[in-house]
Amino acid sequence: MYSRAYKSVVTIPPLVWVIVFLLVPYALLFCYSFWSVSPSGLIVHNWNLGNFAEMLRQPMYLATLLRSLRIAAYVTILALLLGYPVAYYLSLHASKRRDLLYQLVIIPLWASYLVRGYAWKTILGTDGVLNGVLNFLHVTNALLVLQTHLNASFSSHAWTHGWHVTFVPLSFLLYSPFAVVLMLTHIYTPFVFLPVYASLEHVPRNLIEASYDLGASPWKTFRRVVLPLSLPGIVAGATFAFVLTFGDFLAPLLVGGPSGIMISNIVASEFGAAYDWPLGAAISLCMLLLVVSLLYFTERLERRVAFS
Amino acid sequence: MSANPDEPNIAPAPGGSTLLSIQNVEKGFGGRKVLRGISLEVAAGEFLTILGESGSGKTTLLRLLAGFEMLDRGEIFIGDERLDTMPAYRRPVNTVFQSYAIFPHLSVFENVAYGLRARGVSKREIPERVGRSLEMVKMSEFSGAAPAKLSGGQQQRVALARALVNRPRVLLLDEPLSALDANLRRQMQLELKSLQREVGITFIFVTHDQEEAMALSDRIALLRAGLLEQVATPREIYASPETAYAAQFIGQTNLLRADVHDGLAACRTITWRATGPAGRAIFSLRPEHIRLAQPAPPGKLTDATSARFKGTITNQTFGGAADLLEIDCGDGQLIRARVASPGELAGEREFEFDPSCAIRVREGSEP
Repeated sequence: MYSRAYKSVVTIPPLVWVIVFLLVPYALLFCYSFWSVSPSGLIVHNWNLGNFAEMLRQPMYLATLLRSLRIAAYVTILALLLGYPVAYYLSLHASKRRDLLYQLVIIPLWASYLVRGYAWKTILGTDGVLNGVLNFLHVTNALLVLQTHLNASFSSHAWTHGWHVTFVPLSFLLYSPFAVVLMLTHIYTPFVFLPVYASLEHVPRNLIEASYDLGASPWKTFRRVVLPLSLPGIVAGATFAFVLTFGDFLAPLLVGGPSGIMISNIVASEFGAAYDWPLGAAISLCMLLLVVSLLYFTERLERRVAFS
Repeated sequence: MSANPDEPNIAPAPGGSTLLSIQNVEKGFGGRKVLRGISLEVAAGEFLTILGESGSGKTTLLRLLAGFEMLDRGEIFIGDERLDTMPAYRRPVNTVFQSYAIFPHLSVFENVAYGLRARGVSKREIPERVGRSLEMVKMSEFSGAAPAKLSGGQQQRVALARALVNRPRVLLLDEPLSALDANLRRQMQLELKSLQREVGITFIFVTHDQEEAMALSDRIALLRAGLLEQVATPREIYASPETAYAAQFIGQTNLLRADVHDGLAACRTITWRATGPAGRAIFSLRPEHIRLAQPAPPGKLTDATSARFKGTITNQTFGGAADLLEIDCGDGQLIRARVASPGELAGEREFEFDPSCAIRVREGSEP
């Protein structure tokens, strides 16, 4: 039907792309993960499982991997909890304001990732916006007063002492896993919102009416009709949020601090400062396998919950 | 609870007790009035059809009854209960949707069981009731099937079973047959009618198809631009339409705009004896009431009881038992007549009709 020339014109560029930028790097990554670094700092092509053994031996690697998974899970759940209600409201109830609200949800996607990262830094820092507001409202002081009060039992001295406490900012806000979860939730909520919104838009409205008509309350209708029919969007959005968070390394770098380190930061340092490419490759390979198996699983789940 | 009998445009339910009472209902969408004051009573066990063109407000009226829209003014009662203030999920009515609205993620069985589960019917009772309901619409063998595997007609049956299994006090049907092809449609019409007799549930059926309305209904409520033109049995509407619109919409007719003076109505070249007040009036004359005039027997005057007129046959459409003639009476007046197989006709002929067949009608509501 199509000429050979046409076929090659349309198939060769993506093929070249996939080979050069995906297959070759993955093959290299795979090879590197079985090589090692000599004491003199050279990469030796002696095939062995040393890197994987090292990953299991050093508890730091597994702990960081688990923390990354945990952060990814938190972000996914929070992004769903934030994104789903917004998508639900927009799709089913915001008749006139819909376009405006939709744009408002999407706008953060247009701002650069780094800008948003630094914004969170300014908000959460000890001299940051949040602490400033809390101080202005005397919330932190009140917390301290309460603390002092409790500590010093019921002595009247504690009260007077409490009022003289100068502003002590909340320091756990920045440079913590909390900050990473907060920032990544902010960044990836639109990624959850969009597929959920799309799937809600595809729920035929007469099915909702049919459910009411058959005596199901709004809550039962949500549980038995809207939620099951929007599951494909939930699965797709959750996959986005989880996979993107799991591989993120800028958020921990910007707002994570030492306690908020994630697995990608370790990979980055192995390829950089530590100069242990084989170990970095081995960790990357493990991450890749985790993500690919997750994608395989969600793909199947999506197909099971998708209806004609 | 029943409406004030002095209400001018109330349509009372015939015979049996009033089940549903719609009183002065108005509904608009963004400044456009869709229903402009509907009053209607429906008897228990009645098959009532709301008939109207698209945009007449018939679907809106049904949606008000189902609870998908809230009315602007008026009241709706079912028995002694106020219906219009109840949320849709508490109303003792069920709907068969135009597009069936079968839940795609549930099996046929679960679709039918949906209403029973939602209303908390005991688990032991559900399989039996669903089974009987599916049996009633001849879909028992599809109980476990996925809806996507069903044809339109089969989905239609599931939608019916799903609604009837709840034993609603009123079943609302929103053009349920419009998506079916002609043969299936006729078959479903018959089944629907016998099903309604079998279960004895009040049906309110919305359609734009006047033939369907005539075939199925105990009564027809003819809706035009948000107002009821006439509510009566199909035969009554056909035999004595109240408005010009009703006469035209239910069956074919000739509308004669005439001047009435001294017991005589004159419409251009045609005159006939008419009763009622003098002045301008509209008459409906069905084509089948016009026949070829018999030549007057010699020495005798023409039959004084029939009205006669002359016209040129401009078109003859063969129709089996009766042909449709288009007659030009001169002066731009076109009359259609249905005449029992007259053979090929042409040229100027004389026609006659019984003056009592020319029904005086009102102009009807302005759209």
